[in-house]
Amino acid sequence: MAAASFTAAKFLAPVAARSGGDRAPLHASSSLWPRTKPAPRLRTRKALAVSDVLSGNKAAPAAAAHPSATRDEALELYEDMVLGRFFEDMCAQMYYRGKMFGFVHLYNGQEAVSTGFIKLLNQADCVVSTYRDHVHALSKGVPPRSVMAELFGKATGCCRGQGGSMHMFSAPHNLLGGFAFIGEGIPVATGAAFAAKYRHEVLKESGPDGLDVTLAFFGDGTCNNGQFFECLNMAQLWKLPIVFVVENNLWAIGMSHVRATSDPEIWKKGPAFGMPGVHVDGMDVLKVREVAKEAIERARRGEGPTLVECETYRFRGHSLADPDELRKPDEKSHYAARDPIAALKKYIIEQNLATESELKSIEKKIDDVVEEAVEFADASPLPPRSQLLENVFSDPKGFGIGSDGKYRCEDPLFTQGTAQV
Amino acid sequence: MPMATASSSLHGTAAALHGVGAAASSKPRSAAPVARSVRVAAAARGSGSARARGGMVARAAVAANAVAAAESKSGGHELLLFEALREALIEEMKADPTVCVFGEDVGHYGGSYKVTKGLAEMFGDLRVLDTPIAENSFTGMGVGAAMKGLRPIVEGMNMGFLLLAYNQISNNCGMLHYTSGGQFKIPIVIRGPGGVGRQLGAEHSQRLESYFQSIPGLQMVACSTPYNAKGLMKAAIRSENPVVLFEHVLLYNLKEKIPDEEYICCLEEAEMVRPGEHVTILTYSRMRYHVMQAAKTLVNKGYDPEVIDIRSLKPFDLHTIGNSIKKTHRVLIVEECMRTGGIGASLRSSIIDNFWDYLDAPIMCLSSQDVPTPYAAPLEDATVVQPAQIVAAVEQICQ
Repeated sequence: MAAASFTAAKFLAPVAARSGGDRAPLHASSSLWPRTKPAPRLRTRKALAVSDVLSGNKAAPAAAAHPSATRDEALELYEDMVLGRFFEDMCAQMYYRGKMFGFVHLYNGQEAVSTGFIKLLNQADCVVSTYRDHVHALSKGVPPRSVMAELFGKATGCCRGQGGSMHMFSAPHNLLGGFAFIGEGIPVATGAAFAAKYRHEVLKESGPDGLDVTLAFFGDGTCNNGQFFECLNMAQLWKLPIVFVVENNLWAIGMSHVRATSDPEIWKKGPAFGMPGVHVDGMDVLKVREVAKEAIERARRGEGPTLVECETYRFRGHSLADPDELRKPDEKSHYAARDPIAALKKYIIEQNLATESELKSIEKKIDDVVEEAVEFADASPLPPRSQLLENVFSDPKGFGIGSDGKYRCEDPLFTQGTAQV
Repeated sequence: MPMATASSSLHGTAAALHGVGAAASSKPRSAAPVARSVRVAAAARGSGSARARGGMVARAAVAANAVAAAESKSGGHELLLFEALREALIEEMKADPTVCVFGEDVGHYGGSYKVTKGLAEMFGDLRVLDTPIAENSFTGMGVGAAMKGLRPIVEGMNMGFLLLAYNQISNNCGMLHYTSGGQFKIPIVIRGPGGVGRQLGAEHSQRLESYFQSIPGLQMVACSTPYNAKGLMKAAIRSENPVVLFEHVLLYNLKEKIPDEEYICCLEEAEMVRPGEHVTILTYSRMRYHVMQAAKTLVNKGYDPEVIDIRSLKPFDLHTIGNSIKKTHRVLIVEECMRTGGIGASLRSSIIDNFWDYLDAPIMCLSSQDVPTPYAAPLEDATVVQPAQIVAAVEQICQ
């Protein structure tokens, strides 16, 4: 059987269909192979409340199609998305000026997912991300100066300069990483959710709201990885308070989602494990927020996990090293037109929640915050040589006993030395 | 996955040779607890050994026949190695409600090697969690749970299965405390039976200590007696570092009398098994018994080997090892790892770096052959180091 070829037209047909409203089934638009029975009607791009999925409602209620926000909510969401966007733009600038190094993966375009989900969380709730983690950190409340300093590799970074772009952690904000290998954060998130259930059931420690919730963010490429499936199973088995948030931006570096995935509809994989699977327009922060609310509340009530697939897009390449030559201009411009920040701005203005100049002043404020973060990072010192051996072990006795019978770490000059054991 | 019954054929050997420091041939069995009571007394003064108390004093040599006989408070109780591990688990789980166990068949089945027998009934299904067959993910779950304040013990039904968890063990257990700038600790214990058994086939006969030893941020210990099994398990659970505890498939039914009082063993220390003058033999886990069997032969031939069970595979206890080398000037390493890249290779390297001037002969290292462990019995026997080879090696070194 001849291999299917995915031309741009075949690929973009469903994409174009999505922008118009009802999304055409991916297979029906291509003549790849004959179907023996009609393809199931796909979920529309309107947000579906999780309860709709559970109750089998095929038609999304009208209200869910146009979720609303109060002025305060809308401005909070706007500010958070603008922070994410301006921060990432500054990262690109700083990278090309030689202030940050290595692999840097920017989040431009995906802000609605981070903001839509994370602004609903409490401090005690956890976020686990991937290497595309700067904006998750910011949404969770990690100060921009700490993130920027970490990116510059300075001692004042949130991880003392030891982690870098792909390893953002913050214990006070319950940001549990920052992971370089895709998929490896999902079990960690599952463990954090397990700990929340354990605290409640074994240690009898209960929060006033219910269980602490963990959000695991990851991409479309990760959804073909074993750890994803293993954790869907375990999370549902034990009804863990976790939400699996798929940021489906259609590309894993240069691998298009449809070229890598036998059934590209990721949300369908939730019900296969017994949990609700929801598809939502990830370019619309209010829709994301609506779905997120229900998924998080479900988890908090102890009803278990939800798989949320957010259709989103990254405006930049996979990383700053990616020439981004495979993605077609039509696709890029299609999503650029759905910029989540522009969409929310339009909504705010049209609903008279705030004026243009108020939004401008938020943008100016964020400009200043980001500038200040850069200044802070610039002025901060690099880590001293003595920092090298700190934090290898929580208990430095792990470096062992030297020939003189004393623990190596007892030597005050130990950290100037080497780690050989 | 097939469950191998731990052979008790070593039991006879162990019973005859047992004792921390007890010169087995000259002391009656009942003297065995005496040497141990040195540690017991130390433990009774505080939690754990002097080191663990933060005293960090220079380590007193735990020699044979320590004069602490009077400090032994009671006769002790006899049990098998897997029961000693179990006892440690029960004690720690009772003392600290954040201690929990994850693994395949650890709960209702009681553990493939019965280490967790009865624990699920005692502590519940959440504290003794029967996991699906997903090593990488449940090990990672252990990491996440540890980051959020629990103290999980992750069991690999066979250590070899943890190859599937290498991603999590290397990247997260080992590195996460560092990459987070010290914000999150991972007080996890990863344990399970490994080593060459009785015709278990290549995949069930692996020595993962070779593969894990490069991972920064990890500690590795290997238990070999009921006494040190219990002590190391407790120490590993209490440690704030991720610790890999290597048990051996063939040692679970070793029987020994251990103290009734609470004690722990120091994770970073080696164990003096038999003091001697002519040659330092460094070994660990099952090979300790092959060495002690060879020692009987060697003693009859007039040799006086000093046998040290290194116990701490990472980091090495350079104090105990060094003191021995300074005395004997000759070193033989006997390990079960394959020749290439094993613990022996690193140990040899470390000895050369630190004690070169004290050596009168090249360091000899006896390792398993670089072959997948064959199923056929004579081939399997030829894969690992046998006592006759150890005797021949000592004769060669001591020429």
